[in-house]
Amino acid sequence: MTDVSNPLTQRLEGPAPVMEVAKDLIRRTALVAPVLIVIGAIFWQSAGAASVAYAIAIVMVNFLLAASLLAWAGRISFAAMGGAAMFGFLLRLGLIFLAVLLVKDAGWVEMLPLGLTLIVAHLGILFWEMRYISGTLAHPGLKPTAKLPIHTSSSESNHETTGAA
Amino acid sequence: MSIAVLAAEALTGDEVKAAAAAEGAGFAYGLAAIGPGIGIGYLVGQAVQAMARQPESAGQVQTTMFLGVAFTEALALIGFVVFILLKFA
Repeated sequence: MTDVSNPLTQRLEGPAPVMEVAKDLIRRTALVAPVLIVIGAIFWQSAGAASVAYAIAIVMVNFLLAASLLAWAGRISFAAMGGAAMFGFLLRLGLIFLAVLLVKDAGWVEMLPLGLTLIVAHLGILFWEMRYISGTLAHPGLKPTAKLPIHTSSSESNHETTGAA
Repeated sequence: MSIAVLAAEALTGDEVKAAAAAEGAGFAYGLAAIGPGIGIGYLVGQAVQAMARQPESAGQVQTTMFLGVAFTEALALIGFVVFILLKFA
C-alpha cells in the first residue's frame, strides 16, 4: 500500500496556472479568428463568416469556462478539482449543445462551417499552445520573464520593461 | 427492432431517411461522449494522485491536465459536430 496524501484536504495555493493557459489560448484564438472568418466568408458568404465567428466564440468561452472551473475547484481541494473536471466536461458539452440548438434555425447560421470551425479551432489552438508549454517545461531557463533589463546607450542605466510572453 | 426498421415498414422516402439520420446522430453523439468521459476520468484521477503525492509540482500537473482534458474533449466535439451535421444540416 503506497502512502498517498489525502487529496480531500490538500488544495492549490496561489495563482492558478490554468487561467494563464486559458488566457493564452484565447489570445491565440483571437489572433487566428480573422483568418478563419475570412475563409468562412469566401466559401459560405456572410452566413459562413457569422457561423465561423459564433463557433470561435463558443471555443473561447469553452476554454475560459474549463479553466475557471478548474481554478475555482482547485482552491477548494484536489478532489473537488477532479470532480469539477468530470462534471465540467458534461456541463460544457451541454452548454455547447444548447448554444448550437438556440441558433440552428437562424438565417445567418451555416452548420457545416460552424461544425468545422469548432473542431479546427479547438484542436489547432491546443496544438499551438501545447508546443509553447512543452518548450517551457523542457527548457525552463528559456521561459520569457516578466521583467527584462534593457541597457540604453544614452543613459547607460538599466531600465526595466515588460517582456513579451 | 430499431427505429429505422420500424420507420421503413410504415414510412417511405424522406421520412425514412430523416429517421435514420436522427438515429445515427443520436448514436454518434452518445457513443462519442463515452470514450472521452472514460479518458477524462482516468486522466484527472491520475493527475489528482500526482498532485497529492507531490504538491510542489501541482501547478505543472494542473497545466498538463488542463491540456489533456481539452485534447480528450476534442473527441467528444468531433462526435458532436457529426451529430449536428446529421441532424440539423
